[in-house]
Amino acid sequence: MGPLARRGLVLGLHHCDGPVVDVPVVSVRNLRVEVSASAVDVIDGVNLDLQRGEILGLVGESGCGKTTLALALLGYRRRGLRITDGQILVDGRDLLSLSEAELGHVRGSLVAYVPQDPATALNPAMRIETQLLEAMARIDGRRQRRARMVEVLADVGLPSTQAFLRSYPHQLSGGQQQRVTIAMAFANRPRLIVMDEPTTGLDVTTQAHVLDTVRRLCKEQGVATVYVSHDLAVVASLAQRVAVMYAGRTVEVGPVGEVLSSPRHPYVRGLIRAVPDVDGRRDLRGIRGQAPEPGKRGEGCFFAPRCPDVLPVCWEAFPPPVDVAVNHRVWCVRALEDTAFETDVRSPTSPSQRPTQVMLDVQGVSAWYGQSQVLRDVSLAIAAGECSAIVGESGSGKTTLARCIAGLHSDLEGQLSLAGRHLAAGARARPPELRRAIQYVFQNPYASLNPRRTIGESVVQPLRHFEQLSRSEADERVRTALEEVALRPSLVDRYPHQLSGGERQRVAIARALALSPQLLICDEVTSSLDVSVQAVIIQLLAQLQRERGLTMLFVTHNLALVRTIARRVAVMSEGRVVESGLVDDVLAHPKAAETQRLVRDIPRFDPARFSLPA
Amino acid sequence: MAESLNAQTGGPSARRRPPEWIVVLARAAVTRRGRLGLALAGLIVAIALLGPILAPKSPTEFVGMPFAPPSGGAVFGADVLGRDVLSRVLAGGLAILTLAAIATALGVSIGTSLGVAAGYMKGPVDEVIMRTLDVALAFPQIILALLLVSIVGPELWLVCVAVAAIHAPQVARVARSATLRAAEEDFVRHTEAFGLPRWKIMLTEILPNIVSPLMVETGLRLTYSISLIASLSFLGFGLQPPAPDWGVIINENRIAILSNPWPVLIPILLIATLTVGVNLFSDAIARSALGIEAPIGPAQPNAGGIAVGAAGTTRSRAGAAPL
Repeated sequence: MGPLARRGLVLGLHHCDGPVVDVPVVSVRNLRVEVSASAVDVIDGVNLDLQRGEILGLVGESGCGKTTLALALLGYRRRGLRITDGQILVDGRDLLSLSEAELGHVRGSLVAYVPQDPATALNPAMRIETQLLEAMARIDGRRQRRARMVEVLADVGLPSTQAFLRSYPHQLSGGQQQRVTIAMAFANRPRLIVMDEPTTGLDVTTQAHVLDTVRRLCKEQGVATVYVSHDLAVVASLAQRVAVMYAGRTVEVGPVGEVLSSPRHPYVRGLIRAVPDVDGRRDLRGIRGQAPEPGKRGEGCFFAPRCPDVLPVCWEAFPPPVDVAVNHRVWCVRALEDTAFETDVRSPTSPSQRPTQVMLDVQGVSAWYGQSQVLRDVSLAIAAGECSAIVGESGSGKTTLARCIAGLHSDLEGQLSLAGRHLAAGARARPPELRRAIQYVFQNPYASLNPRRTIGESVVQPLRHFEQLSRSEADERVRTALEEVALRPSLVDRYPHQLSGGERQRVAIARALALSPQLLICDEVTSSLDVSVQAVIIQLLAQLQRERGLTMLFVTHNLALVRTIARRVAVMSEGRVVESGLVDDVLAHPKAAETQRLVRDIPRFDPARFSLPA
Repeated sequence: MAESLNAQTGGPSARRRPPEWIVVLARAAVTRRGRLGLALAGLIVAIALLGPILAPKSPTEFVGMPFAPPSGGAVFGADVLGRDVLSRVLAGGLAILTLAAIATALGVSIGTSLGVAAGYMKGPVDEVIMRTLDVALAFPQIILALLLVSIVGPELWLVCVAVAAIHAPQVARVARSATLRAAEEDFVRHTEAFGLPRWKIMLTEILPNIVSPLMVETGLRLTYSISLIASLSFLGFGLQPPAPDWGVIINENRIAILSNPWPVLIPILLIATLTVGVNLFSDAIARSALGIEAPIGPAQPNAGGIAVGAAGTTRSRAGAAPL
């Protein structure tokens, strides 16, 4: 370990122990980024300070400007954007006053970046060794570069064997690839590292390991880190401070424990209530509506239209910052009001009273994609009138199983039956009434609606396929279907691109429910949505399931959601069902090793756990 | 749930979206290169359409000695048989334009049908269609057309069919690859799950979603059609003398290019301008279909540096757009 890093270690420890007295190593002043063409602000008035070795979690939902801010910290702006005001001081140098050439020089040495997707950030045609050495081009001397490479590889927990160094990115796992990009970021001992959701594509166990590495390295080397994430649980487990962004502004900045245990801003409160709790103590509640786009944010507080505690004054001007505690700042006029933050307590699932009938029976199903076997002898029974979940990591075969059931995948062996009737492999081999009886809601609402059809046309298309409907009957059915999922009937003439992700997913649900299916399959239906929208959709599905006595199969990788919506769960791993049973039993006392690992490694946070010092 | 009813934000007012191809055309027409292309091509189309009316003399009327130099009676002189060059050129553009348009439309329709069928049905259907088209592609294009025309004779419909036959395999490949991508979309899977007939899926789900690449291809094919048809009529397989036609005029008068270059030069210039114009416009279509170029406005300097996001890639793709 080099002398610089050792100094960082000392400072980092000092910082953790005592009160903060250092001059911040990174400070952002009044940053404003505009769309060049229209001068509409994307982010505005952002002020942040980071100490050495500090990890700041930058949290917000999609479109809130967190990535724009993260890139601006590297002196970079996306095409069509312009930084019009403010300063970004890193170690005393203002990045915004540097020329492109100077910026190119400080990137990597003063500031560094860890991308979201390592698979696209690494060059697939170059060996790992070549890429690592390339990242260290500024270190003089071949021998010194190699020495540093071995050092950083050890730091991130990767081997420096010839076999590893000679490999290509595709030969490494996702976690290893991300470690390589982290090693590259740390290689030149920068002062600031910006990490853009670096664990989003990883499974929970790998994510837990990568987060450990990041936490340790930042502390040891005294590097200030901005960790961009939409996942509050990850930030809670990693960062010392958190900045929550909404519609291009920071709305609450403070120590992670304080912000998450007693949030002052109504948006942050809503966000925390919307995070599903794997331990099943809290109930889920979403935030109605959606964030305003740049240019449509109005005069007053940007959150006012969605705020449950809005005051008349909120509509007049954007609220000034209020310091509620040391280092804890909130942009809300009611920040100092003494209202306690409470989450809804979840009522435990009551044991079933009536005898359960089997709706769907899966017997010894194996499935293949070409040569590779994805499902291995899966047997499963789904009870009628209940929500059952299939949970597993990516590649566990859960989506393939769902597709086999829906008839979207036909390369399979084994027996499938719905309410006692045999289901052939592949939807075209099934009679119309069985095709109608199983409806499938896809993961990505941006892809499951034909962009050239209006919402009304999309909803009515399967209806018309199964029934002869007059125009007025069809209109009536579409209207009813949209109302059931709490969408305005006036949306029928809109096109999918005019709707938000949550609205589109509701349309997809409406389209499926309009056919009155016996079994509704929801395949990761919320994984492409923001948490606050996810919570709203989950509430909706739970309500529809209860009211209609719907049999639902909920496929997800998110254990916490399973707890919220399902009664029974089957855990899948490597194409097999490793454990199944009532949700509360399985998650509280996991028996299979895979389940235990999943339950252990999932990042979690509990507002109650961060108790304030008296 | 009542609260979310009220809270949904209203987008732009509900009105029907114009079809994709109109959107793409309109976006292409407001770019710089699109305007230039439209202007050039429009000029030639106007000449071809209005030419027969504006021509001062009949295209077959003799006005002087063969290859007479420009004079007051004949602005660009006389041709090989002593007819007015200006009048023949003005009267000779309509055929080439009509034939090119018909041949392109025919070729794109056939190619699209074959390509979508191959791409969506997959398996043996795909193999049979694509391998047959590969064989057709292996022939040198103009030779294939010449072969057809020389067997049957110089019929105009045959010229169209021959040129269309040249285009179909290439269009089919583009349509097939776009179909393969569109067929993977979840909205197509959804229609499969409830059992919509295959022909309906191809017609109502796939086709509307591959319009953009097909338009790009159509623009390109139109350019090729013009030069192919001009070549065929130059070689004597299109319109027959004494009918005025730009290809025919070039061929008739090339022997005297030194004594009176006008009858050769003018049709060449007109065909070249038309080709450049169509090409520019089809390039504008390609860019607007791929969403590369924004309408005229202040150019944005790209703050490059690190390769993050799509900015860098779209920039470099703009340079490599098909021409």
